[in-house]
Amino acid sequence: MKIFVCVKQIPDPNTVESKLDPATKRLVRTGVSLVLDPGDETTIAAAIKLRDSLGNSELTAISMGPASAQEALRRALAMGVDRAILISDPALAGSDVLGTARTLAAALKRENPDLIFCSTESTDGYTGMVPGAIAEFLGLPQLTFAREINVEGTKAVIKRVTQTGYEVVESPLPAVVTIASGSFEAIYPTMKGIMSARKKPFSQLSLSDLGLDPSQVGEAGAREQILSIGKAEARAAGQIIKDEGNAAEIIADFLQRHQLL
Amino acid sequence: MAKTIWVLVEIEDGRPARSSLEVLSKAAHLGRAEAIVLGSAAATVAPSLGEFGAEKVYVHADPTYDTYLTLPAVDTLSALLQRQQPDLLLFPTTYDVRDIAARLSARHNLGLITDATDLRYEGERLEVTVPWGGENVVVATHPYQGTGIVLARPKAFSVERFEGRQAEIEQLTVTLRPESQQMKILDRVEVQSEGPALEDASIIVSGGRGLGKPENYRLVEELATVLGGAPGATRAIVDAGWLPYSYQIGQTGKTVKPTLYIACGISGAIQHLAGMKGSKYIIAINKDEHAPIFSVADLGIVGDVLTILPQLIEEVKRRKTQL
Repeated sequence: MKIFVCVKQIPDPNTVESKLDPATKRLVRTGVSLVLDPGDETTIAAAIKLRDSLGNSELTAISMGPASAQEALRRALAMGVDRAILISDPALAGSDVLGTARTLAAALKRENPDLIFCSTESTDGYTGMVPGAIAEFLGLPQLTFAREINVEGTKAVIKRVTQTGYEVVESPLPAVVTIASGSFEAIYPTMKGIMSARKKPFSQLSLSDLGLDPSQVGEAGAREQILSIGKAEARAAGQIIKDEGNAAEIIADFLQRHQLL
Repeated sequence: MAKTIWVLVEIEDGRPARSSLEVLSKAAHLGRAEAIVLGSAAATVAPSLGEFGAEKVYVHADPTYDTYLTLPAVDTLSALLQRQQPDLLLFPTTYDVRDIAARLSARHNLGLITDATDLRYEGERLEVTVPWGGENVVVATHPYQGTGIVLARPKAFSVERFEGRQAEIEQLTVTLRPESQQMKILDRVEVQSEGPALEDASIIVSGGRGLGKPENYRLVEELATVLGGAPGATRAIVDAGWLPYSYQIGQTGKTVKPTLYIACGISGAIQHLAGMKGSKYIIAINKDEHAPIFSVADLGIVGDVLTILPQLIEEVKRRKTQL
Protein backbone atom coordinates (compact mmCIF):
# COMPACT_ATOMS: atom_id res chain seq x y z
CA MET A 1 0.00 0.00 0.00
CA LYS A 2 1.21 3.54 -0.75
CA ILE A 3 0.89 5.57 2.41
CA PHE A 4 1.66 9.29 2.70
CA VAL A 5 1.96 11.60 5.65
CA CYS A 6 1.76 15.39 5.29
CA VAL A 7 4.03 17.22 7.72
CA LYS A 8 4.97 20.78 8.56
CA GLN A 9 7.95 22.58 10.00
CA ILE A 10 6.99 25.24 12.54
CA PRO A 11 8.64 27.54 15.11
CA ASP A 12 9.31 25.35 18.16
CA PRO A 13 6.10 25.74 20.23
CA ASN A 14 8.02 24.88 23.40
CA THR A 15 10.60 27.63 23.12
CA VAL A 16 9.41 30.21 20.61
CA GLU A 17 6.58 32.66 20.98
CA SER A 18 5.24 32.79 17.43
CA LYS A 19 5.20 36.27 15.97
CA LEU A 20 3.77 37.87 12.88
CA ASP A 21 5.93 40.24 10.90
CA PRO A 22 4.01 43.54 10.94
CA ALA A 23 5.19 44.39 7.41
CA THR A 24 4.60 41.11 5.55
CA LYS A 25 1.95 39.88 8.05
CA ARG A 26 3.51 36.46 7.80
CA LEU A 27 4.84 34.15 10.47
CA VAL A 28 8.38 35.08 11.54
CA ARG A 29 10.52 32.06 10.65
CA THR A 30 13.99 33.57 10.63
CA GLY A 31 16.17 33.61 13.72
CA VAL A 32 13.91 31.18 15.57
CA SER A 33 14.27 27.50 16.29
CA LEU A 34 12.25 25.45 13.79
CA VAL A 35 11.04 21.90 14.43
CA LEU A 36 8.86 19.20 12.98
CA ASP A 37 5.38 19.97 14.36
CA PRO A 38 5.02 17.86 17.53
CA GLY A 39 1.50 16.91 16.43
CA ASP A 40 3.02 15.45 13.26
CA GLU A 41 5.25 13.20 15.37
CA THR A 42 2.11 11.48 16.65
CA THR A 43 0.73 11.25 13.12
CA ILE A 44 3.98 9.80 11.75
CA ALA A 45 3.93 7.24 14.58
CA ALA A 46 0.38 6.24 13.56
CA ALA A 47 1.42 5.91 9.91
CA ILE A 48 4.52 3.86 10.74
CA LYS A 49 2.47 1.55 12.93
CA LEU A 50 -0.03 0.96 10.14
CA ARG A 51 2.67 0.46 7.50
CA ASP A 52 4.37 -2.15 9.66
CA SER A 53 1.16 -4.00 10.44
CA LEU A 54 0.08 -4.06 6.78
CA GLY A 55 3.45 -5.13 5.41
CA ASN A 56 4.48 -4.65 1.78
CA SER A 57 3.83 -0.91 2.13
CA GLU A 58 5.81 2.26 1.63
CA LEU A 59 5.48 5.41 3.74
CA THR A 60 6.36 8.80 2.23
CA ALA A 61 6.46 12.10 4.12
CA ILE A 62 5.54 15.20 2.15
CA SER A 63 5.90 18.83 3.11
CA MET A 64 5.47 22.25 1.59
CA GLY A 65 7.85 24.88 2.86
CA PRO A 66 11.10 26.77 2.43
CA ALA A 67 14.42 24.91 2.04
CA SER A 68 14.77 24.71 5.85
CA ALA A 69 11.76 22.36 5.95
CA GLN A 70 14.01 19.54 4.74
CA GLU A 71 15.22 19.30 8.35
CA ALA A 72 11.70 18.36 9.44
CA LEU A 73 11.54 15.75 6.69
CA ARG A 74 14.94 14.37 7.75
CA ARG A 75 13.54 13.86 11.20
CA ALA A 76 10.53 12.03 9.74
CA LEU A 77 12.95 9.78 7.83
CA ALA A 78 14.96 9.19 11.02
CA MET A 79 11.76 8.15 12.79
CA GLY A 80 11.26 5.45 10.18
CA VAL A 81 9.54 7.02 7.17
CA ASP A 82 10.85 5.53 3.88
CA ARG A 83 10.95 8.48 1.50
CA ALA A 84 10.47 12.26 1.56
CA ILE A 85 9.19 14.92 -0.83
CA LEU A 86 9.66 18.64 -0.29
CA ILE A 87 7.67 21.12 -2.34
CA SER A 88 9.51 24.39 -2.29
CA ASP A 89 9.03 27.46 -4.44
CA PRO A 90 9.33 31.20 -3.76
CA ALA A 91 5.84 31.65 -5.24
CA LEU A 92 4.38 29.55 -2.42
CA ALA A 93 5.21 32.10 0.28
CA GLY A 94 2.08 33.54 1.87
CA SER A 95 -0.11 30.58 0.91
CA ASP A 96 -3.39 30.28 2.80
CA VAL A 97 -5.32 27.07 3.52
CA LEU A 98 -6.48 26.70 -0.07
CA GLY A 99 -3.07 27.42 -1.60
CA THR A 100 -1.41 24.93 0.74
CA ALA A 101 -4.00 22.23 0.16
CA ARG A 102 -3.99 22.77 -3.61
CA THR A 103 -0.20 22.37 -3.72
CA LEU A 104 -0.07 19.26 -1.52
CA ALA A 105 -2.99 17.72 -3.43
CA ALA A 106 -1.23 18.29 -6.76
CA ALA A 107 1.89 16.52 -5.51
CA LEU A 108 -0.10 13.66 -3.96
CA LYS A 109 -2.15 13.14 -7.10
CA ARG A 110 0.99 12.18 -9.06
CA GLU A 111 1.65 9.40 -6.58
CA ASN A 112 -1.72 7.59 -6.56
CA PRO A 113 -1.80 7.19 -2.78
CA ASP A 114 -3.94 4.64 -0.95
CA LEU A 115 -3.90 6.50 2.35
CA ILE A 116 -2.92 10.05 3.26
CA PHE A 117 -2.26 10.83 6.91
CA CYS A 118 -2.43 14.38 8.27
CA SER A 119 -2.49 15.77 11.78
CA THR A 120 -5.88 17.10 12.86
CA GLU A 121 -4.35 20.57 12.87
CA SER A 122 -0.94 22.17 12.95
CA THR A 123 0.44 23.51 16.21
CA ASP A 124 1.13 26.97 14.76
CA GLY A 125 -1.81 27.75 12.48
CA TYR A 126 -4.51 25.64 14.15
CA THR A 127 -7.00 25.99 11.33
CA GLY A 128 -7.42 22.25 10.84
CA MET A 129 -8.70 22.99 7.35
CA VAL A 130 -5.89 21.74 5.12
CA PRO A 131 -6.67 17.98 5.34
CA GLY A 132 -10.33 18.41 4.36
CA ALA A 133 -9.39 20.69 1.49
CA ILE A 134 -6.78 18.16 0.26
CA ALA A 135 -9.47 15.46 0.35
CA GLU A 136 -11.82 17.66 -1.66
CA PHE A 137 -9.19 18.54 -4.27
CA LEU A 138 -8.42 14.84 -4.69
CA GLY A 139 -12.09 13.80 -4.58
CA LEU A 140 -11.38 11.42 -1.69
CA PRO A 141 -13.29 10.69 1.51
CA GLN A 142 -11.84 12.01 4.75
CA LEU A 143 -11.74 10.26 8.10
CA THR A 144 -11.04 12.87 10.75
CA PHE A 145 -10.07 13.09 14.44
CA ALA A 146 -8.95 9.46 14.43
CA ARG A 147 -7.55 8.05 17.65
CA GLU A 148 -7.33 4.56 16.17
CA ILE A 149 -7.19 3.27 12.60
CA ASN A 150 -7.53 -0.18 11.08
CA VAL A 151 -7.40 -1.16 7.44
CA GLU A 152 -9.60 -4.08 6.44
CA GLY A 153 -9.25 -4.96 2.76
CA THR A 154 -10.18 -1.89 0.76
CA LYS A 155 -11.77 -0.12 3.72
CA ALA A 156 -10.45 1.91 6.62
CA VAL A 157 -12.23 1.98 9.97
CA ILE A 158 -11.41 4.58 12.58
CA LYS A 159 -12.45 5.58 16.06
CA ARG A 160 -13.32 9.25 15.66
CA VAL A 161 -13.12 11.48 18.72
CA THR A 162 -16.36 13.32 19.55
CA GLN A 163 -17.40 15.72 22.33
CA THR A 164 -18.78 12.87 24.44
CA GLY A 165 -16.85 9.79 23.35
CA TYR A 166 -16.17 8.41 19.90
CA GLU A 167 -17.77 7.23 16.70
CA VAL A 168 -16.76 4.20 14.68
CA VAL A 169 -16.54 5.40 11.07
CA GLU A 170 -15.66 3.44 7.96
CA SER A 171 -14.78 4.59 4.50
CA PRO A 172 -13.50 3.06 1.29
CA LEU A 173 -9.85 3.61 0.31
CA PRO A 174 -8.14 5.70 -0.92
CA ALA A 175 -8.86 8.20 1.84
CA VAL A 176 -7.42 11.07 3.85
CA VAL A 177 -7.12 10.34 7.59
CA THR A 178 -6.44 12.91 10.30
CA ILE A 179 -4.96 11.81 13.61
CA ALA A 180 -5.96 13.42 16.92
CA SER A 181 -3.02 14.58 19.01
CA GLY A 182 -1.78 12.19 21.66
CA SER A 183 -3.45 9.11 20.16
CA PHE A 184 -0.25 7.30 19.34
CA GLU A 185 2.99 7.00 21.22
CA ALA A 186 5.78 9.07 19.73
CA ILE A 187 8.75 7.35 18.11
CA TYR A 188 12.15 8.79 18.98
CA PRO A 189 14.79 8.55 16.27
CA THR A 190 17.64 6.23 17.15
CA MET A 191 21.24 6.87 16.08
CA LYS A 192 20.79 4.13 13.50
CA GLY A 193 17.61 5.82 12.27
CA ILE A 194 19.38 9.15 11.92
CA MET A 195 22.27 7.56 10.00
CA SER A 196 20.03 5.62 7.63
CA ALA A 197 17.85 8.72 7.01
CA ARG A 198 20.71 10.20 5.00
CA LYS A 199 20.54 7.40 2.47
CA LYS A 200 16.77 7.42 1.98
CA PRO A 201 15.22 8.88 -1.20
CA PHE A 202 14.57 12.60 -0.93
CA SER A 203 13.08 14.56 -3.79
CA GLN A 204 12.29 18.21 -4.23
CA LEU A 205 9.55 19.66 -6.40
CA SER A 206 8.79 23.16 -7.62
CA LEU A 207 5.48 24.63 -8.77
CA SER A 208 6.23 24.00 -12.42
CA ASP A 209 6.87 20.31 -11.63
CA LEU A 210 3.31 20.20 -10.33
CA GLY A 211 1.81 22.11 -13.24
CA LEU A 212 0.41 24.74 -10.91
CA ASP A 213 0.08 28.35 -11.90
CA PRO A 214 1.71 30.81 -9.44
CA SER A 215 -1.54 32.84 -9.43
CA GLN A 216 -3.36 29.92 -7.73
CA VAL A 217 -1.07 29.74 -4.71
CA GLY A 218 1.01 31.89 -2.37
CA GLU A 219 0.02 35.43 -1.61
CA ALA A 220 -1.27 35.89 -5.19
CA GLY A 221 -3.91 33.20 -4.77
CA ALA A 222 -4.82 33.86 -1.14
CA ARG A 223 -8.53 34.09 -0.35
CA GLU A 224 -7.94 35.48 3.10
CA GLN A 225 -5.97 38.56 4.06
CA ILE A 226 -4.73 40.07 7.29
CA LEU A 227 -5.65 43.76 7.50
CA SER A 228 -4.00 44.63 10.79
CA ILE A 229 -2.26 43.20 13.83
CA GLY A 230 -3.16 44.59 17.24
CA LYS A 231 -2.64 43.93 20.94
CA ALA A 232 -4.99 41.65 22.84
CA GLU A 233 -6.74 42.94 25.92
CA ALA A 234 -4.89 41.79 29.01
CA ARG A 235 -6.62 40.46 32.13
CA ALA A 236 -6.27 42.61 35.24
CA ALA A 237 -3.24 41.56 37.26
CA GLY A 238 -3.97 39.18 40.10
CA GLN A 239 -2.28 38.40 43.37
CA ILE A 240 0.80 36.15 43.25
CA ILE A 241 1.80 34.53 46.53
CA LYS A 242 4.73 32.29 47.39
CA ASP A 243 3.61 29.20 49.27
CA GLU A 244 4.80 29.23 52.87
CA GLY A 245 2.79 26.22 53.95
CA ASN A 246 -0.57 27.98 54.00
CA ALA A 247 -1.42 27.91 50.26
CA ALA A 248 -4.39 25.57 50.79
CA GLU A 249 -5.91 28.04 53.26
CA ILE A 250 -5.30 31.01 50.97
CA ILE A 251 -6.99 29.22 48.07
CA ALA A 252 -9.90 28.05 50.25
CA ASP A 253 -10.37 31.63 51.50
CA PHE A 254 -10.47 32.84 47.90
CA LEU A 255 -13.06 30.19 47.01
CA GLN A 256 -15.20 31.06 50.03
CA ARG A 257 -14.98 34.80 49.37
CA HIS A 258 -16.26 34.27 45.83
CA GLN A 259 -18.88 31.72 46.93
CA LEU A 260 -17.30 28.92 45.00
CA LEU A 261 -17.46 26.27 47.74
CA MET B 1 -28.16 46.37 1.50
CA ALA B 2 -28.43 44.02 4.40
CA LYS B 3 -25.91 41.22 4.23
CA THR B 4 -27.25 37.70 3.89
CA ILE B 5 -25.55 35.26 6.22
CA TRP B 6 -26.03 31.51 6.22
CA VAL B 7 -25.62 29.51 9.39
CA LEU B 8 -25.42 25.73 9.38
CA VAL B 9 -27.40 24.60 12.43
CA GLU B 10 -26.46 21.27 14.00
CA ILE B 11 -28.85 19.11 15.98
CA GLU B 12 -27.94 17.62 19.35
CA ASP B 13 -30.36 15.32 21.15
CA GLY B 14 -33.21 16.57 18.95
CA ARG B 15 -32.51 20.24 19.68
CA PRO B 16 -30.49 22.91 17.91
CA ALA B 17 -26.91 22.81 19.26
CA ARG B 18 -25.95 25.67 21.49
CA SER B 19 -22.85 26.46 19.42
CA SER B 20 -25.08 26.84 16.35
CA LEU B 21 -27.48 29.18 18.16
CA GLU B 22 -24.59 31.38 19.36
CA VAL B 23 -23.56 31.88 15.76
CA LEU B 24 -27.15 32.34 14.55
CA SER B 25 -27.69 35.15 17.06
CA LYS B 26 -24.54 36.87 15.89
CA ALA B 27 -25.57 36.50 12.25
CA ALA B 28 -28.95 38.08 13.04
CA HIS B 29 -27.14 41.16 14.37
CA LEU B 30 -24.94 41.42 11.30
CA GLY B 31 -27.68 41.16 8.70
CA ARG B 32 -30.29 38.77 7.40
CA ALA B 33 -29.67 35.41 9.05
CA GLU B 34 -30.68 32.28 7.19
CA ALA B 35 -30.31 28.88 8.78
CA ILE B 36 -29.70 25.56 7.08
CA VAL B 37 -30.68 22.48 9.04
CA LEU B 38 -30.15 18.94 7.81
CA GLY B 39 -30.92 15.48 9.18
CA SER B 40 -33.87 13.41 10.34
CA ALA B 41 -34.82 15.87 13.12
CA ALA B 42 -34.45 18.94 10.87
CA ALA B 43 -38.16 19.54 10.37
CA THR B 44 -38.92 19.58 14.09
CA VAL B 45 -36.01 21.90 14.87
CA ALA B 46 -36.61 24.37 12.03
CA PRO B 47 -39.67 26.28 13.38
CA SER B 48 -37.84 27.21 16.60
CA LEU B 49 -34.97 28.92 14.79
CA GLY B 50 -36.85 32.16 14.10
CA GLU B 51 -36.82 32.87 17.79
CA PHE B 52 -32.99 32.70 17.72
CA GLY B 53 -32.68 35.13 14.85
CA ALA B 54 -33.28 33.22 11.61
CA GLU B 55 -35.44 34.98 9.01
CA LYS B 56 -35.43 31.97 6.79
CA VAL B 57 -34.69 28.29 7.34
CA TYR B 58 -33.72 25.80 4.63
CA VAL B 59 -34.69 22.30 5.71
CA HIS B 60 -33.78 18.89 4.41
CA ALA B 61 -35.15 16.27 6.76
CA ASP B 62 -33.26 13.23 5.52
CA PRO B 63 -31.65 10.59 7.74
CA THR B 64 -28.71 10.22 5.31
CA TYR B 65 -27.05 13.18 7.04
CA ASP B 66 -27.18 11.33 10.37
CA THR B 67 -25.36 8.28 9.06
CA TYR B 68 -22.93 9.65 6.49
CA LEU B 69 -20.42 12.31 7.50
CA THR B 70 -19.53 15.49 5.68
CA LEU B 71 -20.15 14.82 1.99
CA PRO B 72 -23.99 14.83 1.85
CA ALA B 73 -24.02 18.13 3.76
CA VAL B 74 -21.31 19.58 1.48
CA ASP B 75 -23.30 18.55 -1.60
CA THR B 76 -26.49 20.17 -0.33
CA LEU B 77 -24.77 23.42 0.68
CA SER B 78 -22.98 23.36 -2.64
CA ALA B 79 -26.27 23.00 -4.57
CA LEU B 80 -27.73 25.88 -2.57
CA LEU B 81 -24.66 28.00 -3.32
CA GLN B 82 -25.16 27.45 -7.02
CA ARG B 83 -28.66 28.87 -6.69
CA GLN B 84 -27.92 31.80 -4.39
CA GLN B 85 -24.85 33.70 -3.29
CA PRO B 86 -25.01 34.83 0.32
CA ASP B 87 -22.39 37.28 1.56
CA LEU B 88 -21.12 35.01 4.24
CA LEU B 89 -21.27 31.50 5.64
CA LEU B 90 -20.86 31.86 9.41
CA PHE B 91 -20.40 28.46 11.00
CA PRO B 92 -19.73 27.17 14.53
CA THR B 93 -16.41 25.39 15.10
CA THR B 94 -17.37 21.80 15.83
CA TYR B 95 -15.92 18.45 14.78
CA ASP B 96 -18.42 17.91 11.97
CA VAL B 97 -18.75 21.48 10.74
CA ARG B 98 -14.98 21.93 10.44
CA ASP B 99 -14.85 19.06 7.97
CA ILE B 100 -17.79 20.45 6.00
CA ALA B 101 -16.31 23.96 5.86
CA ALA B 102 -12.92 22.75 4.60
CA ARG B 103 -14.43 20.86 1.66
CA LEU B 104 -16.90 23.61 0.79
CA SER B 105 -14.06 26.11 0.77
CA ALA B 106 -12.04 23.97 -1.64
CA ARG B 107 -15.03 23.14 -3.87
CA HIS B 108 -16.11 26.76 -4.36
CA ASN B 109 -12.80 28.57 -3.82
CA LEU B 110 -14.24 30.36 -0.79
CA GLY B 111 -11.85 32.18 1.54
CA LEU B 112 -11.83 30.66 4.98
CA ILE B 113 -11.16 32.48 8.25
CA THR B 114 -11.11 30.29 11.36
CA ASP B 115 -11.20 30.85 15.12
CA ALA B 116 -13.10 34.15 14.90
CA THR B 117 -14.06 35.80 18.18
CA ASP B 118 -15.82 38.77 16.57
CA LEU B 119 -16.83 40.10 13.19
CA ARG B 120 -18.49 43.18 11.69
CA TYR B 121 -19.00 44.97 8.43
CA GLU B 122 -17.16 48.23 7.86
CA GLY B 123 -19.19 49.46 4.91
CA GLU B 124 -18.88 46.65 2.40
CA ARG B 125 -15.82 45.09 3.98
CA LEU B 126 -16.04 42.22 6.42
CA GLU B 127 -13.64 42.52 9.36
CA VAL B 128 -13.02 39.41 11.41
CA THR B 129 -11.21 39.43 14.75
CA VAL B 130 -8.96 36.44 15.35
CA PRO B 131 -6.78 36.06 18.45
CA TRP B 132 -3.22 35.24 17.41
CA GLY B 133 -0.56 33.96 19.74
CA GLY B 134 -0.70 35.11 23.32
CA GLU B 135 -0.68 38.83 22.91
CA ASN B 136 -2.03 39.71 19.50
CA VAL B 137 -5.31 39.97 17.73
CA VAL B 138 -5.46 40.02 13.99
CA VAL B 139 -8.14 41.59 11.84
CA ALA B 140 -8.70 39.56 8.69
CA THR B 141 -10.95 39.74 5.66
CA HIS B 142 -11.81 37.97 2.42
CA PRO B 143 -9.99 40.11 -0.16
CA TYR B 144 -12.51 39.64 -2.98
CA GLN B 145 -16.17 40.17 -3.89
CA GLY B 146 -18.51 37.29 -3.12
CA THR B 147 -19.17 34.64 -0.54
CA GLY B 148 -16.64 33.73 2.15
CA ILE B 149 -16.58 31.40 5.14
CA VAL B 150 -15.92 32.30 8.78
CA LEU B 151 -15.73 29.73 11.57
CA ALA B 152 -16.50 31.18 15.01
CA ARG B 153 -14.78 30.09 18.19
CA PRO B 154 -17.19 28.35 20.59
CA LYS B 155 -18.64 30.64 23.27
CA ALA B 156 -17.49 33.77 21.44
CA PHE B 157 -21.13 34.89 21.15
CA SER B 158 -24.10 34.50 23.43
CA VAL B 159 -27.43 32.98 22.49
CA GLU B 160 -30.13 35.61 22.18
CA ARG B 161 -33.89 35.50 21.79
CA PHE B 162 -35.59 37.41 19.02
CA GLU B 163 -39.11 37.45 20.49
CA GLY B 164 -41.88 36.92 18.03
CA ARG B 165 -39.64 36.37 15.00
CA GLN B 166 -41.07 33.77 12.66
CA ALA B 167 -38.79 32.22 10.08
CA GLU B 168 -39.94 31.44 6.60
CA ILE B 169 -39.33 27.74 6.02
CA GLU B 170 -38.23 26.26 2.72
CA GLN B 171 -38.09 22.51 2.20
CA LEU B 172 -35.11 21.67 0.02
CA THR B 173 -35.65 19.16 -2.76
CA VAL B 174 -32.07 18.05 -3.36
CA THR B 175 -31.28 14.47 -4.35
CA LEU B 176 -28.46 12.98 -2.32
CA ARG B 177 -25.86 11.21 -4.41
CA PRO B 178 -24.95 7.63 -3.48
CA GLU B 179 -21.27 8.33 -4.28
CA SER B 180 -21.21 10.87 -1.47
CA GLN B 181 -22.31 8.27 1.05
CA GLN B 182 -18.83 7.10 1.92
CA MET B 183 -17.88 7.99 5.47
CA LYS B 184 -20.38 5.87 7.32
CA ILE B 185 -20.98 6.04 11.05
CA LEU B 186 -21.20 2.43 12.24
CA ASP B 187 -21.54 3.15 15.93
CA ARG B 188 -21.63 6.00 18.41
CA VAL B 189 -20.05 5.37 21.80
CA GLU B 190 -20.57 7.65 24.78
CA VAL B 191 -17.73 7.49 27.25
CA GLN B 192 -19.26 7.95 30.66
CA SER B 193 -17.44 10.37 32.88
CA GLU B 194 -18.48 11.23 36.38
CA GLY B 195 -19.55 14.77 37.17
CA PRO B 196 -20.38 17.49 34.65
CA ALA B 197 -19.07 17.59 31.08
CA LEU B 198 -16.06 19.83 30.61
CA GLU B 199 -17.85 22.34 28.41
CA ASP B 200 -20.80 22.69 30.81
CA ALA B 201 -18.89 22.66 34.11
CA SER B 202 -18.91 25.84 36.17
CA ILE B 203 -15.74 24.67 37.92
CA ILE B 204 -12.79 23.11 36.11
CA VAL B 205 -9.61 21.77 37.68
CA SER B 206 -6.96 21.20 35.08
CA GLY B 207 -3.52 19.58 35.13
CA GLY B 208 -0.31 19.90 33.14
CA ARG B 209 3.28 18.69 32.94
CA GLY B 210 4.06 20.08 36.38
CA LEU B 211 2.24 17.11 37.90
CA GLY B 212 5.33 15.10 37.00
CA LYS B 213 3.79 11.75 36.15
CA PRO B 214 0.43 10.33 35.03
CA GLU B 215 -0.42 8.83 38.45
CA ASN B 216 -0.46 12.29 40.01
CA TYR B 217 -3.34 13.36 37.78
CA ARG B 218 -5.69 11.69 40.29
CA LEU B 219 -5.11 14.71 42.57
CA VAL B 220 -6.65 16.90 39.89
CA GLU B 221 -9.61 14.54 39.58
CA GLU B 222 -10.06 14.41 43.32
CA LEU B 223 -10.08 18.20 43.69
CA ALA B 224 -12.55 18.44 40.80
CA THR B 225 -14.80 15.91 42.51
CA VAL B 226 -14.82 17.64 45.91
CA LEU B 227 -15.56 20.98 44.22
CA GLY B 228 -18.30 19.47 42.03
CA GLY B 229 -16.38 20.32 38.88
CA ALA B 230 -14.81 18.58 35.92
CA PRO B 231 -11.15 17.66 35.34
CA GLY B 232 -9.28 18.94 32.28
CA ALA B 233 -5.79 18.78 30.82
CA THR B 234 -3.24 20.57 28.69
CA ARG B 235 -2.22 19.48 25.24
CA ALA B 236 1.22 18.55 26.61
CA ILE B 237 -0.08 15.75 28.82
CA VAL B 238 -2.63 14.63 26.24
CA ASP B 239 0.19 14.46 23.69
CA ALA B 240 2.20 12.48 26.21
CA GLY B 241 -0.62 9.95 26.37
CA TRP B 242 -1.67 10.54 29.99
CA LEU B 243 -5.27 11.24 29.02
CA PRO B 244 -7.56 11.06 25.99
CA TYR B 245 -8.07 14.04 23.67
CA SER B 246 -11.52 14.70 25.17
CA TYR B 247 -9.78 16.18 28.24
CA GLN B 248 -7.80 18.70 26.24
CA ILE B 249 -8.42 22.38 26.86
CA GLY B 250 -6.92 24.93 24.54
CA GLN B 251 -6.99 26.34 21.08
CA THR B 252 -6.87 22.73 19.96
CA GLY B 253 -9.34 20.89 22.14
CA LYS B 254 -12.05 22.60 24.10
CA THR B 255 -12.67 26.25 24.76
CA VAL B 256 -14.07 26.66 28.26
CA LYS B 257 -15.47 29.61 30.21
CA PRO B 258 -16.24 28.30 33.69
CA THR B 259 -16.78 30.46 36.76
CA LEU B 260 -13.66 28.98 38.31
CA TYR B 261 -10.59 27.49 36.64
CA ILE B 262 -7.82 25.98 38.74
CA ALA B 263 -4.62 25.35 36.77
CA CYS B 264 -2.36 22.80 38.47
CA GLY B 265 1.21 22.48 37.26
CA ILE B 266 0.36 24.28 34.01
CA SER B 267 2.93 26.71 32.65
CA GLY B 268 0.42 28.47 30.42
CA ALA B 269 1.42 27.83 26.81
CA ILE B 270 -0.39 30.21 24.49
CA GLN B 271 -2.39 27.39 23.02
CA HIS B 272 -3.71 26.52 26.49
CA LEU B 273 -4.43 30.11 27.54
CA ALA B 274 -6.51 30.57 24.38
CA GLY B 275 -8.91 27.90 25.58
CA MET B 276 -9.41 29.05 29.17
CA LYS B 277 -8.63 32.71 29.71
CA GLY B 278 -12.29 33.65 29.38
CA SER B 279 -12.88 31.97 32.77
CA LYS B 280 -14.31 34.28 35.44
CA TYR B 281 -11.82 33.39 38.18
CA ILE B 282 -8.48 31.73 37.54
CA ILE B 283 -6.30 30.19 40.23
CA ALA B 284 -2.87 28.89 39.24
CA ILE B 285 -0.44 26.72 41.16
CA ASN B 286 3.03 26.41 39.66
CA LYS B 287 6.61 26.07 40.83
CA ASP B 288 8.00 28.59 38.35
CA GLU B 289 7.17 32.15 39.34
CA HIS B 290 7.79 33.28 35.74
CA ALA B 291 5.25 30.85 34.27
CA PRO B 292 2.95 32.68 31.82
CA ILE B 293 -0.12 31.20 33.53
CA PHE B 294 0.39 33.74 36.35
CA SER B 295 -0.26 36.59 33.91
CA VAL B 296 -3.91 35.53 33.66
CA ALA B 297 -4.38 34.33 37.26
CA ASP B 298 -6.53 36.16 39.80
CA LEU B 299 -4.74 34.19 42.46
CA GLY B 300 -1.35 32.65 41.75
CA ILE B 301 0.46 30.34 44.13
CA VAL B 302 4.16 29.79 43.57
CA GLY B 303 4.69 26.38 45.10
CA ASP B 304 4.74 22.63 44.72
CA VAL B 305 1.49 21.39 43.27
CA LEU B 306 2.02 17.90 44.69
CA THR B 307 2.26 19.29 48.24
CA ILE B 308 -0.53 21.83 47.90
CA LEU B 309 -3.19 19.73 46.17
CA PRO B 310 -3.60 17.09 48.94
CA GLN B 311 -3.81 19.90 51.53
CA LEU B 312 -6.33 21.80 49.42
CA ILE B 313 -8.52 18.73 48.92
CA GLU B 314 -8.65 18.22 52.71
CA GLU B 315 -9.25 21.92 53.36
CA VAL B 316 -12.14 22.07 50.85
CA LYS B 317 -13.70 18.94 52.37
CA ARG B 318 -13.38 20.43 55.87
CA ARG B 319 -14.95 23.75 54.92
CA LYS B 320 -17.75 22.11 52.95
CA THR B 321 -18.86 20.22 56.06
CA GLN B 322 -18.98 23.50 57.98
CA LEU B 323 -21.12 25.30 55.41
